[in-house]
Amino acid sequence: MKQQSTILVIDPVTRIEGHSKITLHLNDEGRVEDAHFHVTQFRGFEKLCEGRPFFEMPSLMARICGICPVSHLIASAKACDSLLAVRIPPTADKLRRIFGLAQVVQSHALSFFHLSSPDLLLGMDADSANSNIFGVAQKSPELALDGIRLRQFGQQIIERLGGKRIHPAWVVPGGVSEPLSVENRDAIIRALPGALAIAERTLEWFKSIMERFREEIATFGNFPTLFMGIVKEDNGLTFYDGKLRVVDSSGQVVADDLDPTHYFDYIGEKVEPWSYLKSAYYKPEGFPEGIYRVGPLARLNVADRCGTPGADQELAEFHELQRTAVLSSFHYHHARLIEILYSIERIEQLLSDPEILSKHVRAVARTNALEGVGACEAPRGTLFHHYKIDEQGLIRWANLVIATGHNNLAMNRSVLQVAKHFVHGKRLAPGMLNRVEAVIRCYDPCLSCSTHALGQMPLEIQLISPEGKILDELIRD
Amino acid sequence: MSPVASVKTLKIDGRDLSGRQEETILDVARQNGIFIPRLCEMEGLSDVGACRMCLVEIKGQNKLLPACVTTVEEGMEVTTNSPRLEHYRRMILELLFTERNHVCSVCVSNGHCEMQMLGQRLGITHVHFPYRYPQEDVDASHDRFVIDHNRCILCTRCVRVCDEIEGAHTWDVMGRGINAKVITDLNEPWGSSETCTSCGKCVHVCPTGVLFEKGRSVAEMLKRRQFLPYLTLMRKENE
Repeated sequence: MKQQSTILVIDPVTRIEGHSKITLHLNDEGRVEDAHFHVTQFRGFEKLCEGRPFFEMPSLMARICGICPVSHLIASAKACDSLLAVRIPPTADKLRRIFGLAQVVQSHALSFFHLSSPDLLLGMDADSANSNIFGVAQKSPELALDGIRLRQFGQQIIERLGGKRIHPAWVVPGGVSEPLSVENRDAIIRALPGALAIAERTLEWFKSIMERFREEIATFGNFPTLFMGIVKEDNGLTFYDGKLRVVDSSGQVVADDLDPTHYFDYIGEKVEPWSYLKSAYYKPEGFPEGIYRVGPLARLNVADRCGTPGADQELAEFHELQRTAVLSSFHYHHARLIEILYSIERIEQLLSDPEILSKHVRAVARTNALEGVGACEAPRGTLFHHYKIDEQGLIRWANLVIATGHNNLAMNRSVLQVAKHFVHGKRLAPGMLNRVEAVIRCYDPCLSCSTHALGQMPLEIQLISPEGKILDELIRD
Repeated sequence: MSPVASVKTLKIDGRDLSGRQEETILDVARQNGIFIPRLCEMEGLSDVGACRMCLVEIKGQNKLLPACVTTVEEGMEVTTNSPRLEHYRRMILELLFTERNHVCSVCVSNGHCEMQMLGQRLGITHVHFPYRYPQEDVDASHDRFVIDHNRCILCTRCVRVCDEIEGAHTWDVMGRGINAKVITDLNEPWGSSETCTSCGKCVHVCPTGVLFEKGRSVAEMLKRRQFLPYLTLMRKENE
């Protein structure tokens, strides 16, 4: 009976971006029966933007997040481009791509080095007081320094392009507000070799330690799901523009050439009473069978190639991990490192184009459409911004589908899988619970991004005694 | 006696200065490089003393007086900066911030806003009063311009420039006290105003991000005001 069960609560979940808790429901034998990943914070961006001129939207939406504001800038600006009904200048398109790739590098670096490397370097059972970037710096100063340098590399590109590192207002409807200067281009080019060396070195290190995590690989979200991501016309990896592709767990393409601007035709969102984070599912399969994953692992599962030499080599090796799609969420880390490598190589390709210095970086137009959707691949997965405006250009309705929301079902199932394998209620050890958190870190969820809805959310409040018994329960739905 | 220009001598912050009798304390201070904060006053427009930021202390008077509408007098001793003045100015500015919805980070005038700059100059890091969060409209019905009442401090520069320089008198103020707001014509949408000449002067004199050009993104609204003293001068010469 539920009233008799014991609930373990991990609150807060540490080393992730945002606020959440995990509850594990144990049966009388102390075995995990159910697990929930609760997102406990609440934002209101879809509602508070109503009535605002759409030209403000990129910068307004960028404020959702301090880690991946660039993705929101890009998805929002793309939605606004379609409200203007313009094709932005080719140089603006390329500059936005560099901007997005720089953010992939810094965001992935943050996830891998600052948040997850303590688990990888010091082990899952390490003392939690030491499991942080300072603990890493003590044991392996080079690794910690590499992480900081790589993040600096990404952030400095963002600053050189957009004027500041966090929340630059540079991406605007119709393009970007300022062209790239020769000095800034050259400065970025000079920083590339150092960043590339870090990416290669870290990949080698990660591959060398993967063997130590066999048990984690086998249980960290290792189950069949669909995978979704945007691919280029040649089915290559991209973060900026393309068609959506869905593959199944065997690696077979189940849907191709989906138009991202029609996301609502194939993506459904379900509200659960115990979380502010909506659960997205693939509509043709229904709920919850339509469980799918997005982000680095999914992108590498859906893409046939990267299009840069180093990353293509690494992708080939990555696909060797499993003959089907790579299923374990532990491999998100691996995929993240390959994407860092890809991003650095791709930035170099884009900067070598002389057109990158063109002064024509903005298309000017009036409001020409009343509805627009913008989609891109954020570091954590596919991101959609969808706006409707009135004749004056004021926002009347907005919907955002955020990467972390796509992964919600998979994160919950992963927590359950890890908890069932590692947690035994009769004898708790810190390492057990850390693994439950570590599986969440694989997904690198950004909770501040993902809980943007406003309104009366269904909510479940539980009163739990110190012994873990539920004394009272209040459900609002 | 012939009506010759009379010159008054006075002290501002201990400095011996002089000004013509029709000049205000603010005029004389500005001519002598003394900074007095202000938001509603603008060279080339009439003065209304609406914002109260330019309050100064005058020796022998317990009352604080606005420098923009107080003319100089012989022997006047003016203090433009003191802990008391700083306290009041900061309080006034904080109240202005609480009155409507001033969100600098996503404002078209971020980085170019007179109110924001004044906040920085006065060292405002926190607002000590509860915010009102009123529901204010955005009128984007005009072909080229937008008004966002959320950022209005009722300085009435737009009203004055439209009336005194352009001569259209499209703008005016409606309502009283906390309910006051600037309106176009008889509170009609700006886009359907029959008097507006779309000259854009109101947009460029506006100290904050209330009035801006359509299509401007965050921090993109730079206001050009060099035209105003020139226009005023030309008007006077033609009179």
